[in-house]
Amino acid sequence: MNARELTLCEAVAEFVHDGDTVALEGFTHLIPFAAGHEIIRQERRDLTLVRMTPDIIYDQLIGMGCVKKLIFSWAGNPGAGSLHRFRDAVENSYPHPLEIEEHSHAGMAARYQATASGLPFGVLRGYAGTDLSRLSPTIRWITCPFTGEELAAVPSLSIDVSVICAQQADRRGNVMMWGITGVQKEAVLSATRSVVLVEEVVEEFTPHVNGVVLPSWTIDAVVVVPGGSFPSYSEDYSERANDFYAQWEGISRDRATFDAWMTTHVLETKNHEEFMASLTVSLASRHD
Amino acid sequence: MTEVSQLPTPLDWTSDEIMTVVAARELTGEMVCFVGIGLPSRAAILARSTHAPDVTLVYESGCIGAKPDRLPPSIGDGVLSRTADAVVSVPEIFSYWLQSGRIDVGFLGAAQVDKRGNINTTVVGDYDRPSVRLPGAGGAPEITTSCGQVIITLRHSARAFVEKLDFVTSVGHFEDEALERQREKHGHGPQVIVTDLCVMRYQRESREFELTSLHPGVQIEDVLAQTGWPVIVSDDLQETAPPSNEELVALRGFTEGDQASR
Repeated sequence: MNARELTLCEAVAEFVHDGDTVALEGFTHLIPFAAGHEIIRQERRDLTLVRMTPDIIYDQLIGMGCVKKLIFSWAGNPGAGSLHRFRDAVENSYPHPLEIEEHSHAGMAARYQATASGLPFGVLRGYAGTDLSRLSPTIRWITCPFTGEELAAVPSLSIDVSVICAQQADRRGNVMMWGITGVQKEAVLSATRSVVLVEEVVEEFTPHVNGVVLPSWTIDAVVVVPGGSFPSYSEDYSERANDFYAQWEGISRDRATFDAWMTTHVLETKNHEEFMASLTVSLASRHD
Repeated sequence: MTEVSQLPTPLDWTSDEIMTVVAARELTGEMVCFVGIGLPSRAAILARSTHAPDVTLVYESGCIGAKPDRLPPSIGDGVLSRTADAVVSVPEIFSYWLQSGRIDVGFLGAAQVDKRGNINTTVVGDYDRPSVRLPGAGGAPEITTSCGQVIITLRHSARAFVEKLDFVTSVGHFEDEALERQREKHGHGPQVIVTDLCVMRYQRESREFELTSLHPGVQIEDVLAQTGWPVIVSDDLQETAPPSNEELVALRGFTEGDQASR
């Protein structure tokens, strides 16, 4: 069945449920921030979040109490600081304890590849001698039946729904992304359901160097949200808001400041347009 | 540029600047380098823009042959993908490019390091109840074992240079000889640590990083005081050549307005 065009509110209501395992993927580029905000507005709970590089949107979901468990390989705010809500959850169990399952990037990539391929586990030459391999039940050793080499095995993921951003959809609901495309293709092909946020719908795609196309029948919903990756970016549509990443350090460090910010900008806005408008207002008032 | 290099007196420099400049000098010729975020990225870009224009920069975001003219705040910045020879998926960069042995040098930062070049970027304190939760492994565990060799760069402090890591995120060198020989089939691991005080190089015989070069103005005692293990001082201890004006001008040119600098 081909993808349907829905609003973000409709797509989250229909496809993201309490207790689901959800991957909002993106590698610096094309991060589906608007979808994370909508999940917070709809007050989803007990989510298991999957992501190689959890950043600010996962910090927000954790801080707002939506998350039970995090499966990841690098949790930080690159070039700007820490994820303070993630740290508060791990270090102080606030707002509640956060279960973590962590890997290296190579291990997470192998898990996604295996899942997209319909295999029970992925194989890599990695983890040797590390404490992760000692502590994690999701890293085991296997012997190559042909060479005898010891290799690491990592289990595939069970993802209920993946949400990604792409630049464009066409009229039939195929989507295309270009620039840094990370692990988004594998995330969609690993999930039972998938939602793709796009900048615009075009009649027909113009081929792009390094462009990745996902056929309509691999996607459940296409949602048009211009600028939906803000403060991340969409190559050829927007620039990364590096200032926002830097400001997050100050917003997220303190629990009360974080709560107030989330209330003003996410809970009290109805959708992505209102969210963006609320940021403009607060930027303007700061210059008073 | 020409006018600057004709200045009669050398420019002043900071300890962070000499660290970046000295780390950059480790990249030469046509090396293919897998670049970590932060200090390593800064040094790798400096190398490409000064003495090593033919170095190939590879980022874990999938950007191969990136040619940034400014410091990207993250490894997924648009300046990397727009200037790259090829942009591939993240599973591909780790499997076809890193694991397969196509990378000469891995360039990494660290929160904690020990005398064998083991790295911790996971936790300070107990894993289940950490006093500080760090970002985690990222690409480092496989970068350290799959690249031909690894350069580590970080600021020197007793908190960072420890006798025993709180968590071994990435293995530098194995204590066990058989394991070490096994790993050497795929790469030689960390060979040099460049800090804001000195350069330490790995010695196969002692299985430790030894102090091989002091930056100008730094005393052996300064290094010992900031290192959590009794460092072996090389018989051939050198003084690091200070940053040249050209190196400093290039570095300051692309770090201007850089939010990541501290």
